[in-house]
Amino acid sequence: MGKLLLKDREIAIPGEKLAEGMDYLPAGGTFREGEGIYASQLGLISVSGRLVKLIPLNGKYFPKKGDMIIGKIVDMGFSGWRVDFGWAFEANLSMRDATSEFVEKRADLSQYYDFGDIIAAQITHVSGSKIIDLSMRGPGLRKLQGGKLIDVTPSKVPRIIGKQGSMISMIKEKTGCNLLIGQNGVIWVSGDRDNEVLATKAILKIEKESHLDGLTDKIKELLEKK
Amino acid sequence: MKYTKRLDGRKFDESREMSAKVGIIKRADGSAMFCIGKTKAIAAVYGPRQLFPGFLQNPEKGLLRCYYDMTSFSVTERKRPGPNRRSVEIGMVTENALNPVVDLSKFPNTVVDIFIEIIQADAGTRCAGICAAAMALADAGVPMKDLICSISVGKVGDKIVLDLNKDEEDFEGGSTDIPVAIMARTKEITLLQLDGDIKREELIEALKVAQKGCDKIYEIQRKALKDQYEGVKDE
Repeated sequence: MGKLLLKDREIAIPGEKLAEGMDYLPAGGTFREGEGIYASQLGLISVSGRLVKLIPLNGKYFPKKGDMIIGKIVDMGFSGWRVDFGWAFEANLSMRDATSEFVEKRADLSQYYDFGDIIAAQITHVSGSKIIDLSMRGPGLRKLQGGKLIDVTPSKVPRIIGKQGSMISMIKEKTGCNLLIGQNGVIWVSGDRDNEVLATKAILKIEKESHLDGLTDKIKELLEKK
Repeated sequence: MKYTKRLDGRKFDESREMSAKVGIIKRADGSAMFCIGKTKAIAAVYGPRQLFPGFLQNPEKGLLRCYYDMTSFSVTERKRPGPNRRSVEIGMVTENALNPVVDLSKFPNTVVDIFIEIIQADAGTRCAGICAAAMALADAGVPMKDLICSISVGKVGDKIVLDLNKDEEDFEGGSTDIPVAIMARTKEITLLQLDGDIKREELIEALKVAQKGCDKIYEIQRKALKDQYEGVKDE
């Protein structure tokens, strides 16, 4: 009979034994060696049925197909752009995926996106290691103007969004800010100044206390106090 | 020569006082500090990030690169800043000590850089550096199979002692310094150097003492890693 050595939602460090026996199965962030299941990262344990999963508490964003990211234009070529989004390699945004307009040959690409522009885009393809393709075709994908950017730990993004977007919609509702969350841990906030500050404060609080319980109520309190 | 009582009054298998802290460098991806007695080491981890020069890139797995440095004020006599023969070698052995536990197969063509800085030295700096680096790697979220604990053992005079300090290293009656790094879970040895001379039986005995010391270090590392989150209380 298998045995769980750490409780659900407890913090585990790399190499720590999480469960014993073949009844449990290792999921993301864990591995099996012999009879035991061990953590391979620093994170929170999440047990669902027989699966033992580890939710990492830190680490860089790892690109995944279908994710919406917020990035910065860092280079321009003849037929597209290069986008930096916090991963080791820059992503490609080709002309074809960037705009639906007809673009003349040798047109000046900076009229669409210039150096330093912040864009919201979707990852359409991740190959092997280096090549990541982006697309700007989809709802909400655009160049971001105004507002401010907040950097958070990518693994905490699901917590900031909340269950079925509960947390994010609460912040939106209470502050009246426009929010866009990139899976790479970049959050764009736009609204009037006081509300931007309040929303930022709330988001940073979620990031800091993401591993604690009862966060929704605390954030609600924070937002209503003002 | 007889060594009957340790110079600082410790027991023969007792280490100096240890402390550890994680997340001390804000702009780094992961960072940690490890102090043992007067020796203080800080480590910063950056990456996975793009690797240059390009010919070092490995399309199968990422590279671990380690840089060890002593600050000029870390020792009694001012040390000339910058890398030297000794620091390059220690960087290399640190890399070899950490490599077996770090799994970078998910990050091809990239590098994880570790920078170890000794801000105060009183023997056992490479061990303190390895302990700090292991914690910094965990803090950076790099996949690891295990944690590395490291401590020095040795022979001072005729006694096997744990965690030598500088005075003991310079003991007139002769001393042997053996830095050891051990995986916390599997107890595999990833670093074993020896400066001096020792008998086979004594070495085996010394390694047993080192194992005990490493168990203690592991508890401190574990507490430091968990504390940065568990320490966050409601405001």
